[in-house]
Amino acid sequence: MELVCPAGNLPSLKAAVDNGADAVYVGFKDDTNARHFAGLNFTERTFEKAVRYAQDKGRKVFVAINTFPQPNGFQRWKAAVDQAAGYGVNALIMADIGVLDYARERWPDLRLHLSVQASVTSAEGIRFYHENFGIRRVVLPRVLSVSQVAHVITESPVPVEVFGFGSLCVMVEGRCLLSSYATGRSPNTYGACSPASHVRWEETGDGTNTRLNGVLIDHYGEGEKAGYPTLCKGRFQVGDNTFYALEEPTSLNTLSILPELRKIGVSAIKVEGRQRSPAYVGQVTGVMRAAIDQCMKDPHGYHPKDQWMKKLATVSEGSQTTLGAYHRPWQ
Amino acid sequence: MSTMKLSIGPIQYFWERERVLDFYQQAADSAAEIVYLGEVICSKRRLVKFEDWLAIGNELKQSGKDVILSSLTLLEAASEMSSLKKLCRNESFIVEANDISAVQLLSAAGKDFVTGPSFNIYNGRSLQLLARKGLKRWVLPVELGLETLKDLQGLRPEGVETEVFALGRLPLAYSARCYTARSHNLPKDDCQFKCIEYPDGRMLETQEDQEFLVLNGIQTQSALTHQVLDQLPELKALGVDVLRISPQHSHTMQIIEIFDAARKGAELEPLGKELLGMLPLGACNGYLVEQAGMDYGSEVSHDTQQTA
Repeated sequence: MELVCPAGNLPSLKAAVDNGADAVYVGFKDDTNARHFAGLNFTERTFEKAVRYAQDKGRKVFVAINTFPQPNGFQRWKAAVDQAAGYGVNALIMADIGVLDYARERWPDLRLHLSVQASVTSAEGIRFYHENFGIRRVVLPRVLSVSQVAHVITESPVPVEVFGFGSLCVMVEGRCLLSSYATGRSPNTYGACSPASHVRWEETGDGTNTRLNGVLIDHYGEGEKAGYPTLCKGRFQVGDNTFYALEEPTSLNTLSILPELRKIGVSAIKVEGRQRSPAYVGQVTGVMRAAIDQCMKDPHGYHPKDQWMKKLATVSEGSQTTLGAYHRPWQ
Repeated sequence: MSTMKLSIGPIQYFWERERVLDFYQQAADSAAEIVYLGEVICSKRRLVKFEDWLAIGNELKQSGKDVILSSLTLLEAASEMSSLKKLCRNESFIVEANDISAVQLLSAAGKDFVTGPSFNIYNGRSLQLLARKGLKRWVLPVELGLETLKDLQGLRPEGVETEVFALGRLPLAYSARCYTARSHNLPKDDCQFKCIEYPDGRMLETQEDQEFLVLNGIQTQSALTHQVLDQLPELKALGVDVLRISPQHSHTMQIIEIFDAARKGAELEPLGKELLGMLPLGACNGYLVEQAGMDYGSEVSHDTQQTA
């Protein structure tokens, strides 16, 4: 199983490579990728350095061009494809049918992976992208149970990558508009969910309110640690209850099911978090590297070590982790 | 310029069987030319079975309606794929693909198809490729506005109709998790079909009592009803072919009458006032005017710090 790690800048990329990532995925400094945050991502100059650093050490570089251009911006996505191809990256991670069509026509030999943003959950769906654009790998959304992933793998025409660690989207990726409903900007159109430009932290007499474009996402009492107001991870009222109606602030962690993922034929494990720090990237990459190596060497004797779990908990949202949809009762 | 057609979108909610049958009896006499049928949210909702949908479709067809069968939006289980294959094999009606799996099955079988509001078509190149695969009509993704629609209409291939989600609570997100069951502290596998208690979805409010979203099983919708009545002249000028009315539990047929009058040129302002009284909560139209989806008219939400 290949370990695919995130990098939002050069120090993170180095941290990923130095801690054992097989591949690092990056994005350019604009809305062509789904982590379009201020101060993040690569200019042409840093990108060249990044590709060289990783490839000199025998690691791969993937470029995420995985948002959905509208006609007036399409040229920017073409430029991103051309730039990535020009530097000899190992693969592009893409979602939009139009951009895939362009990449396939302009760079027929370039390896294309289907992004999680393409929102594909079945082998039939994968076949569409395989037949039309020759994709060579698919990243599955975080909505399938382990047995459902296994079923897709049996019938898929291409190898399958799944998320192994990081912030958890609870909605099927690529078809979630909650963020643009509240702010006008979504992952699909703008490359960001719950964008920082619309976030407001507000001290109240009894704690802190977090708002997204004015909408109260959560209220934290005195002494309670306030989290970023990601729309799906706030506390809301439904009926008589106030609770995390959609999802708790928690991170996905698959350490406990790595042998199962190996057994069903998962080809690559992806770590979420291009927006996170180099320290996060280094720490998570190191743990995942050790865990995957252990799992491949001795899948039956494998057991996630306490120290791994502790290390990952410290970098998890709300300091807690979950198996998410992989584990049926979560659903 | 020809008059825009009206369509009735698939029922998003879980309604009692009798209510569904009654709804389509009324639909047969409505001004809508197109009716989309089928379960698009949850495969566990089986009060109306595939054969029933075909029977309803045949009756509507006899009443002169153009009938389309809509496919499930989020496919997870193998059994859902089997149902989708059965749906795509049907010889009676065109299918609305709400997921790429359906597009693949239909195009491989050489069949024409329609794509629904949660199918991502954001640019001309996507539209053109899908047209080569058999796309005959597409619904503009709900988060896109008039400016983009204008550009896309200019790039639209010959023989492809454009439909706009014209009225309804917005389909915003889909999950593996059932939020209605969760709100009753039940797991999805033992949901007890709680969603049947919420024929317009279950309200989710902020801690300040702002009615914000609606839970509809695995789907999350807007609490406000998106409505484009005020933009009808622009939509017509842009050559939109079809306006979609998404069913709500009450007043859907009166709403169709309002849109029917509006498309025939009746004065919009009084119709708009009448319409507001028929919505479960209130209206929004921000997406269409390039704002936050929850905004309405000139009431643009504050707190926006524009960044480059």
